[in-house]
Amino acid sequence: MPQLSRRSLLKLAGLGTAAGTAALGARGAYAKAARPEGGAGQAIDAMQHAAHTMGPVGRVGADRFNPTTYLRSWNFSHLPPAERARFYRETPRPDGSLVREFELFAVDREIEIAPGIFFPAWTFNGQVPGPTLRATEGDRVRVTFVNQGSHPHTIHFHGWHPPEMDGSLPEHQVMPGDRFVYEFDADPFGVHLYHCHAVPLKRHMHKGLYGMFVVDPKAARPAADELVMVMNGFDTNFDADNEVYALNTVANHYMHEPIRVEVGALVRMYLVNVTEFDLINSLHLHGMFFDVFRTGTSLTTSERTDIVMMCQGERAILETRFRYPGKFMFHAHQSEFAELGWMGMFEAGVRRDT
Amino acid sequence: MIPSATTVSPAAPSRAIWIWALLPLVLLAVLIAAIVRLEPAARLRPEGMPPVERLKIERATLAADGIHLAVMNDGPDAVTIAQVTVDDAYWTFTSERSQLAHLGRTNLHVPYPWVAGEAHLVKILTSTGTVFAHEIAVAVETPKATASHLAAFALIGLYVGVLPVALGLCWFPVLARLGKVGMDVLLAVTIGLLAFLFVDAVREGFDGAAELAGAFQGTALFVGAAAVAYLGLEVTGQWLRRVRAQRKAAQSAGSVLALLIAIGIGLHNFGEGLAIGAAFALGEAALGTLLIVGFTLHNTTEGLAILAPIAKERPSIGLLIRLGLIGGVPTIAGAWLGGFVYSRVAAVLCLGLGAGAIAQVVVQLSRQVGAASTATGGGSRSAAQRFATAPVMLGLMAGFAVMYATGMLVG
Repeated sequence: MPQLSRRSLLKLAGLGTAAGTAALGARGAYAKAARPEGGAGQAIDAMQHAAHTMGPVGRVGADRFNPTTYLRSWNFSHLPPAERARFYRETPRPDGSLVREFELFAVDREIEIAPGIFFPAWTFNGQVPGPTLRATEGDRVRVTFVNQGSHPHTIHFHGWHPPEMDGSLPEHQVMPGDRFVYEFDADPFGVHLYHCHAVPLKRHMHKGLYGMFVVDPKAARPAADELVMVMNGFDTNFDADNEVYALNTVANHYMHEPIRVEVGALVRMYLVNVTEFDLINSLHLHGMFFDVFRTGTSLTTSERTDIVMMCQGERAILETRFRYPGKFMFHAHQSEFAELGWMGMFEAGVRRDT
Repeated sequence: MIPSATTVSPAAPSRAIWIWALLPLVLLAVLIAAIVRLEPAARLRPEGMPPVERLKIERATLAADGIHLAVMNDGPDAVTIAQVTVDDAYWTFTSERSQLAHLGRTNLHVPYPWVAGEAHLVKILTSTGTVFAHEIAVAVETPKATASHLAAFALIGLYVGVLPVALGLCWFPVLARLGKVGMDVLLAVTIGLLAFLFVDAVREGFDGAAELAGAFQGTALFVGAAAVAYLGLEVTGQWLRRVRAQRKAAQSAGSVLALLIAIGIGLHNFGEGLAIGAAFALGEAALGTLLIVGFTLHNTTEGLAILAPIAKERPSIGLLIRLGLIGGVPTIAGAWLGGFVYSRVAAVLCLGLGAGAIAQVVVQLSRQVGAASTATGGGSRSAAQRFATAPVMLGLMAGFAVMYATGMLVG
């Protein structure tokens, strides 16, 4: 805001009438002359193109982290088998359950969160959100955590576990270069999360140390097209306010690359809110409704709605079937978050059996 | 015994002197080349250190096709513009270039449907996510340099600069009948008026300097411009007096002083015009009738200031008109410049020139106070003696108070 003069004209704008009416209806020769020819002082041209001009400019490179791949990947299923075996192994037990062993490492990495905007993130396995871990109720989960980052970190899982596996107290901190093995039974079934619980907690969260932890019930849920969705935000200038909001890290990714689903098929969304600084986040799906299973801990729906609201750390399973083919927008119903990157599209297509 | 310096003989051939003069410059060039090549500062800045980013949004203009931003990189490192938000929404934009080197500039176009009369907050996000914000306090379409807009600015300049000065000059017949004490009071009032303007210009200049991109070193720019104007007027005044003495012109030193005052006030009014024009150009103000009235009242006193040194002479109408135009017309030029090609640097420079000019005029006028009331002239008494009379003190305070009171109308 430039300081113009002691005659700071700005202050005058408040005199008498509101500035807008002054601009449009001011008295005197000047005011008449100042009116734009044939216009009412509005951005007429810009309005006609407004629908095409929202959202960030350009595209984020997807070679390091592809949000479309992330949607349908868990237990490192996106990796080739040989490489996958380095991070995930499963061993059957006599009772039919599995021992699931995971390798997670913390590493500092710069990630692109909106076209051309690079965020100095702290990551699990080089990606934000971290890899999705998935087990069945009663499985033994063993996570080997190696801290390759520059600060002490932990992994704090949501779910039943003994206190020494909590990854929250000062003595639980894993120093840079150290490792720790978290081991517990997968319980209860539901959609959970894991995140770093080192202090300062807020910074370790918003720098990117979080991921989804899904526990399936012993009697599997009906087959569905399953999607992993993490609502997150990034404070790029460290002023305790997010500059970028997204679903799965990359602003507006699913606007350019809609989530392809099938008309009539069951779609199951695993949704977690890990946004920092803002108390709540939400998901709103256009043109349809969905069943909500809060925390995924029950097999009966609690709610049928088109907006689900979540506090920090809250999560839910959403189930729906697309009735019509075509594009359906979805976004946070906080308009601010939506316009700062948390906006996307579903594209429902009709299955063609040949 | 102190040995006399004999290292460089004054009788040495001129060629050797040239070598001695150039040698330090050559060595300096070698030193700078070494610094650039070896980068000693890099040791203090380890790898991975984020760049120092400083963007300045110099100007925002609003048009039918959206918002236009003039942006400069004021920091030492290159900055890459990644995204633009308007009111916390990412928006499409086009830019002449996205990477700006030190002091690099670009123009951004954001096709945003801004709302007339309301405020907008534009933010630029760089590749590191650093945010640079610019507030558009009142969105008004920025005037284009059409004939009608030129005429409108000229009209404002006329109201604010030319007419008030001319009105002030109309007091001439009254002033011409003043006695010696009356003359001193008038000079004192004028000094009071100008002192106020000086304080005002300094304040504005430093404020403006603070708003400038750091690379422009606004404070030094302002002070430098003030010094140039002060010394420039001093030299000009000497020259005018010498020329007139040679020609044995009828006009006395008074007319020279009046001309200098008119020039000083003209420079000041040029700065005022810039501010008025810029307020529109920056899309930040809606000018009301009250403001124009305030300027008009405020500036009428400036005509009085021009008159004071020639009140006892018989200046021609032509001279009065010329003085009025010199003092007033720059307002119009300033309004045009501010309205269509506003530059903060130019504004600070003009404010500096104006402040220096006014200071010089105040010094000139001070020498005249008390001069009329003694046969030997004011010079034989100290300034303190000449000023320490009740009428002069009252005049000083009255001048300052008048400006203060009328300044309230536009402050």
